[in-house]
Amino acid sequence: MPRLLLFAPLALFAVLILFLWKGLSIDPRELPSALIDKSFPAFKVESLLAPERKLTMADLVGKPVLVNVWATWCPSCRKEHNQLLRIAQQNKIAIIGLNYKDNRAAATKWLVELGNPYQFNIYDESGMLGLDLGVYGAPETYLLDAQGIIRFRHVGVVTEQTWQELQTIMQSWENQ
Amino acid sequence: MIPELGEFALILALGFSIILATVPLYGAATLKTLWMQYAKPLAKAQFTFMLISFICLGYAFSVDDFSVQYVANHSNSQLPMQFKLSAVWGGHEGSLLLWALILSGWTLAVSLFSKGLPLDMLARVLGVMGIIATGFTSFLLWTSSPFLRYLPRYPMDGADLNPLLQDFGLIVHPPLLYMGYVGFSVAFAFAISALLSGRLDAAWARWSRPWTNIAWAFLGAGITLGSWWAYYELGWGGWWFWDPVENASLMPWLVGTALMHSLAVTEKRGVFKSWTLLLAIFAFSLSLLGTFLVRSGVLTSVHAFASDPERGFFILVLLVLTIGGSLTLYAFKAPNVKSESSFAWLSREMLLLINNVFLMVMAVTVLLGTLYPLLIDALGAGKISVGPPYFNALFVPIMGLMVICLGLSSAARWRNTKMENVKKQLMLPAIISLLAGVIFPFLYGDGFNFRVFIGISLSMWIITTVAKEFKGKFRTSSSITEKLKQLSPSYYGMMLAHIGVAVTAIGITLVSVYSEERDMRLAPGETVELADYQFKFLGTKPVKGANYTADQATIEISLDGASIVTLHPEKRRYNVKKSMMTEASIDPGLFRDLYVALGEPLADGAWAVRVHYKPYVRWLWLGGLLMALGGILTVFDRRYRQNKSEKQGVAHA
Amino acid sequence: MLRFFIFLTLISFNSAYASIDTYEFKDADKQARFHELVADLRCPKCQNQNLADSNSAIAQDLRQKVYEMLGAEKSNIEIVDYMVARYGDFVLYEPRFNGQNAILWLGPFVLLIVGLAIVIYLTRQRSKKVINTTVESIELDKQQKQRLQKVLNKGKK
Repeated sequence: MPRLLLFAPLALFAVLILFLWKGLSIDPRELPSALIDKSFPAFKVESLLAPERKLTMADLVGKPVLVNVWATWCPSCRKEHNQLLRIAQQNKIAIIGLNYKDNRAAATKWLVELGNPYQFNIYDESGMLGLDLGVYGAPETYLLDAQGIIRFRHVGVVTEQTWQELQTIMQSWENQ
Repeated sequence: MIPELGEFALILALGFSIILATVPLYGAATLKTLWMQYAKPLAKAQFTFMLISFICLGYAFSVDDFSVQYVANHSNSQLPMQFKLSAVWGGHEGSLLLWALILSGWTLAVSLFSKGLPLDMLARVLGVMGIIATGFTSFLLWTSSPFLRYLPRYPMDGADLNPLLQDFGLIVHPPLLYMGYVGFSVAFAFAISALLSGRLDAAWARWSRPWTNIAWAFLGAGITLGSWWAYYELGWGGWWFWDPVENASLMPWLVGTALMHSLAVTEKRGVFKSWTLLLAIFAFSLSLLGTFLVRSGVLTSVHAFASDPERGFFILVLLVLTIGGSLTLYAFKAPNVKSESSFAWLSREMLLLINNVFLMVMAVTVLLGTLYPLLIDALGAGKISVGPPYFNALFVPIMGLMVICLGLSSAARWRNTKMENVKKQLMLPAIISLLAGVIFPFLYGDGFNFRVFIGISLSMWIITTVAKEFKGKFRTSSSITEKLKQLSPSYYGMMLAHIGVAVTAIGITLVSVYSEERDMRLAPGETVELADYQFKFLGTKPVKGANYTADQATIEISLDGASIVTLHPEKRRYNVKKSMMTEASIDPGLFRDLYVALGEPLADGAWAVRVHYKPYVRWLWLGGLLMALGGILTVFDRRYRQNKSEKQGVAHA
Repeated sequence: MLRFFIFLTLISFNSAYASIDTYEFKDADKQARFHELVADLRCPKCQNQNLADSNSAIAQDLRQKVYEMLGAEKSNIEIVDYMVARYGDFVLYEPRFNGQNAILWLGPFVLLIVGLAIVIYLTRQRSKKVINTTVESIELDKQQKQRLQKVLNKGKK
């Protein structure tokens, strides 16, 4: 048997170590959206604040929007609320709320008390739109381009840093 | 004061580890007897201070010293005393301290029970173990000290131990498992010493064998206990989830099994030397890899420790140094295989080699499945999952092939075996096994079932071939009792372990095929029927435990109208963490378990209730214990005890 | 076997107890398919749990969806595709056989063949040396060894 073969375990181990080392900087729990670069799923759902109004895909296209999935039962949503208000004040992009598996009265009260950063809210009581969107927990935030294609998803609290990230993506569109 | 003493003892232990890692090895390299003789007292000193450190932590837990961060995070004044003490290893830092304590314990054991070992060999073995201890104690002190304080403002009470861990299982499971993981460091140290000294004769195999077998037995017992604990504590009725943490313990066990067999061949026949060396390195490397996977957060597991990249990086460096170093040494110094003696196609050597191939392929399958999501993710190719369907599809058939091989090898002799003899030996077992496989599903179930056929046939194949070989031992002997005494403990150990494989296989087969389960909405007074048993739900009542409150249900089980047992599953709410927990209630039996778990309360006093009928589920743990027992039995072999008196003889063998 | 663990958040803690639903099925076949599907689909939110075992809100929703789709006479493939379209390959505990996963599925078999080939190669080399040794002579060898061992032992005592 060639002597060189005795080095095979060492070589394999070296490859393994490289992967493990790379693995240290990856968060295994971060799950990218399966809908990136795909169209926002078609829907026809009531508005939260105006129940008689049926919202559809047509309300999302035309200009880039942020779709923010939130609920009153979600403590992290409260954490990001002020940041959302700040983003709304800057008027750079419209924020659409997707009120996910929530109670209408509680959600309305929340918006009255904490302020309303949303242009309008989709009232997804059953969570089926959320399911179609691949939401696995609130809060989640989606960046849609003018054609309603999902370009970016953020899971968890939106921070100033997240907002910078989003702006960078939006600027790259303008440059094109 | 006491926690500082613990930290100080740990630092002293590290000091002794460093000396142990250098002085005896230097002595062995330069043939300085005095330097080598330091190994034994150093091993004792290292263990003593490690033990003091461990006792200090235990004391901090027992007196509720919540100024110690680790105690505050993992205990609570309401916690019953036995759980306060087992909470010592309920988190990362303390369990790592247990790891280090057990390592120093094994080091001490080697120094005490290796009287037959030549001094230079002992010095090297203890030195190598000192190197490992140095690595892990540094890891403890630098990134994971369990003695850090919350000062000056410390919490009034602790955050409590995870309720799932407040259980007998946690008291015994981790120590057993670590005894196994860390125990492989002894075989590893012997292999490294053999490579360092260049003395790769059969002697090192003989020295390693008892240590390997006993470590393997502990690991097997730990895995078995963990499986049992998951079964009754998690409330899902499952006993193996192919979770990365479980896989991390299975891999070294599989390689350890291969190592055990390979060591036997190397000792008896002097072949496969370099392969056996490599296995010894692999077994411990996989233990270390498991430590990394569980503690670094690179994989998602239900059971992982809180992840911390800094700790992950430290362990990765330890991996590179230990495994990388030993594989490099191996590449340069492993013996050439040419000098080995011969064997024929049909020989025990050949079959044990094939068994090694199967075991290694199984271990690699588990490794590949466990790491593949990480590999894909690291290459930026997305997120995938590898779960039970994959492992079952690949692992089970290979295991089946290995079991066939196991039966064959009981009929084979060393060097060469005549085909007619094998046929003569195995014809009857083969017929009995196949018949049993065909008949059993008709007797037990309602008709032929292929999985049961395979499972029962293979299990019977092991049992009948083992029995046949055992019977064959009496051919030449006139007195049965005389012969029974003559057979060595290691022979009995082997038989027991092989029977254990069969028992586990029967358990796995029958519980997978014939289990029944139902999730039901049950109002008080309602009955659900499952596998001929009637489960009558009589409602719930509130009960109060030491540190929790619970809704306790009463479920009366009867068979054909005759009451058998009343079970009391609970839905617990732990006071401190406010966490809910399902406490399943089980009526255990050798041939079936009845298992009841409470889900959510529904309207009108009704509850969601899950009932399981689990036939032969105990067999899979019984088999695991038999295997472990077999492993321990081999250590009582006369050969190893003779080592002490045969000092000179072995040293020059 | 499970080692001990620390749950990072309260959310994952909730999933530490068994999830128990009370779905009613029209026929045994659907019930079996339901159990198979929820066992082999991974909960996207959880650490490492299938839909069947997890008690998280998303797992409950997805179980409900599987139940509804079964009621709507969807095939297993349709249901799995539905999940993958929304949550990606991550939800499949049984990874698909494709180029990316070829090593995963075929690697063990390749290794098995290579391993057996090496054994055959080694045995061929070794077996050339076994000349004219019969089983009887080896057995004799063994007996001789035992006798020798006995003599040695006696000498010691």
